Amino acid sequence: MSAVELAPHGAETDKPKTRRGDIAWRWWLVAPALVVLILAASGPLLIVLVYSFLEPGNFGGVIWNFSTDGWFQVFFSRDIFDDTVGPATAHLDIFRRSITLALYTTVITAVLGFPTAWFIATRAPDVRPIWLFLVTIPFWTNLVIRTFAIQEVIRNEGLINTVLRSLGLISAPIQMLYTDFAILLGMAYVFLPLMVLPLYASMEKLDFKLLEAGYDLYASRLRVLWHIVLPLVKPGFIAGSILVFIPAIGAYVTPRILGGGRNLMLGNLIELQFGQGRNWPLGSALALTLLVIVVVALLFYIRSTSQPEGQRHG
Amino acid sequence: MKTTRLILAGAVLAASTALASAQDGGQLNIYNWGNYTSPEMIEKFEQETGIEVTVTDYDSNDTALTRIRAGGHGFDIVVPSNNYVPIWVEAGLLQELDPEEIPNMANIAERWRDVPWDPNRTHTVPWQWGTTGVIVNTSVYDGDINTSAIFLDPPDELKGKINVIPEMTDVMNLTVNYVGGEACTDDRDVLRQARDKLVAAKQHWIALDYGTVDAYAAGDIAAGVYWNGASMRARLANEDLAYGYPKEGYPVWMDSAAILTDAQNPENAKKFLNFILEPENAAMISEFARYANGVEGSDEFMPEDMKTAPEIVLPAEYEEAAYFSVTCPADVQQLYTQIWTELLR
Repeated sequence: MSAVELAPHGAETDKPKTRRGDIAWRWWLVAPALVVLILAASGPLLIVLVYSFLEPGNFGGVIWNFSTDGWFQVFFSRDIFDDTVGPATAHLDIFRRSITLALYTTVITAVLGFPTAWFIATRAPDVRPIWLFLVTIPFWTNLVIRTFAIQEVIRNEGLINTVLRSLGLISAPIQMLYTDFAILLGMAYVFLPLMVLPLYASMEKLDFKLLEAGYDLYASRLRVLWHIVLPLVKPGFIAGSILVFIPAIGAYVTPRILGGGRNLMLGNLIELQFGQGRNWPLGSALALTLLVIVVVALLFYIRSTSQPEGQRHG
Repeated sequence: MKTTRLILAGAVLAASTALASAQDGGQLNIYNWGNYTSPEMIEKFEQETGIEVTVTDYDSNDTALTRIRAGGHGFDIVVPSNNYVPIWVEAGLLQELDPEEIPNMANIAERWRDVPWDPNRTHTVPWQWGTTGVIVNTSVYDGDINTSAIFLDPPDELKGKINVIPEMTDVMNLTVNYVGGEACTDDRDVLRQARDKLVAAKQHWIALDYGTVDAYAAGDIAAGVYWNGASMRARLANEDLAYGYPKEGYPVWMDSAAILTDAQNPENAKKFLNFILEPENAAMISEFARYANGVEGSDEFMPEDMKTAPEIVLPAEYEEAAYFSVTCPADVQQLYTQIWTELLR
């Protein structure tokens, strides 16, 4: 209360006091946001952290005894047949699969997203909103429904195979559903807008006079792209890659529905522990491991992409 | 003029009292599996009792258990599967039932009365029951389908066209049965054989997926592990499909309705349990969900296509291989999870 009263009072007196009052007043203003952040972001994470150090309950849940078994099981497994302890290669395989899939998805969306964003950014200013609007339309529909729609298109008796067959191009249906191709197709489709939008945002600010200057100095189109356009839209690539990579690494619905669930992704592995596996501590530890992977990847990425700038300053 | 007004007033009065009596019945909040509660049956219950019913869905036993344990849910009725009922009872989440207050408990069919998961039916009454077996497109393969070999040692015709439901416990138990073990075994030799069998069989599976009635009907998938009710729905869409009862052993499950200890409307909940044990009403649930119900005398109210359905009417010769699915102990569940993760790595 006192800080709230202090603010208008301080405003009437000399400057240093005003500043101090202002600062207190600002703290009060940001307090609701801080409370929400602490409760909504750190709170649940803290619970996950605590759960990862407990014993699993008989039928799900946890028993309040300290145990590091959950973390142990993330990285090591005791062979159930000969009781030897070794690295949990099954988990490592699943981690590697998820990371690879997320990387592929990021690259594919970047390759497809760049020309798309360029196309939109080079339209007349008054039609650009229409193209942007078209890009965002998929967001209006639930992810699961969109994924099932893709399934309808690529299944054996689906749209593509039926059309190809009636045209006489193939005799037997091409198996697309339940393949890695299906997973990548679905992931690229779902995440493409998240790459296009930040790319467009950075291209919109692009000064096209710089491109003309490049051409005037006899630069080839490739050189202009490489030395002028790409460096200038790099922030867009970074933002887009982060927006795509992070959700892609935990992607769960798309690989399951389109990939057929023959191989687990990280998200499926975590779900298994909280559901049928009834091992919440292991699930919590796996979830935190995923979090650490994402943060490390992010730091690494940001550092490596911002290095040239640092060199210039040095 | 005066009389018309009087009649009108009377009509309004009558209508309002009727409305009042409809609301007088109070409320009932049912927490049940999704797409499992016949809307016609609920409507009939509301009309007969004046109780306003709200149905909320869940998608797994674990979801339901976690939510009820957390408290503050406001539900009266829950419908757990047989292998979860002991957990609910042990945790003190379910009320004990008094047959005096629910006279229709006398309608429960003989074989569903004294069941291992709820001896003497002290806490639950039957909702629906079914089996987990195999489904085969007989136009692709016309050999013996009453065996788990369909997905574990598949004939050449079916290789690469098999779907297995991603239900770890069911699939593990079917496999353990197939190699000669008992469900929920911790015998390492049996488990090793089961794992080897699964790892070898997986290359012949095209997917581990749930919702595939359409895919079976369209011929995208030719065989797989499936539930009997879903198999029947698939067969109605494509008559080449047949349901097999693995002779090596297969689980039978039953979902049972119960009243929660902290129910807000326990009296209405008792009325509801009594209502669903009326043969005609039980048949309404079966007609909607396409599973059998365990209420004596409901057969005559069942739709014609279900009375004779080979998926619903368990053939006597395959009854011996059936056993009630049970909740595996935690240590066995961990062994199962480890093998399952190994399989799907």
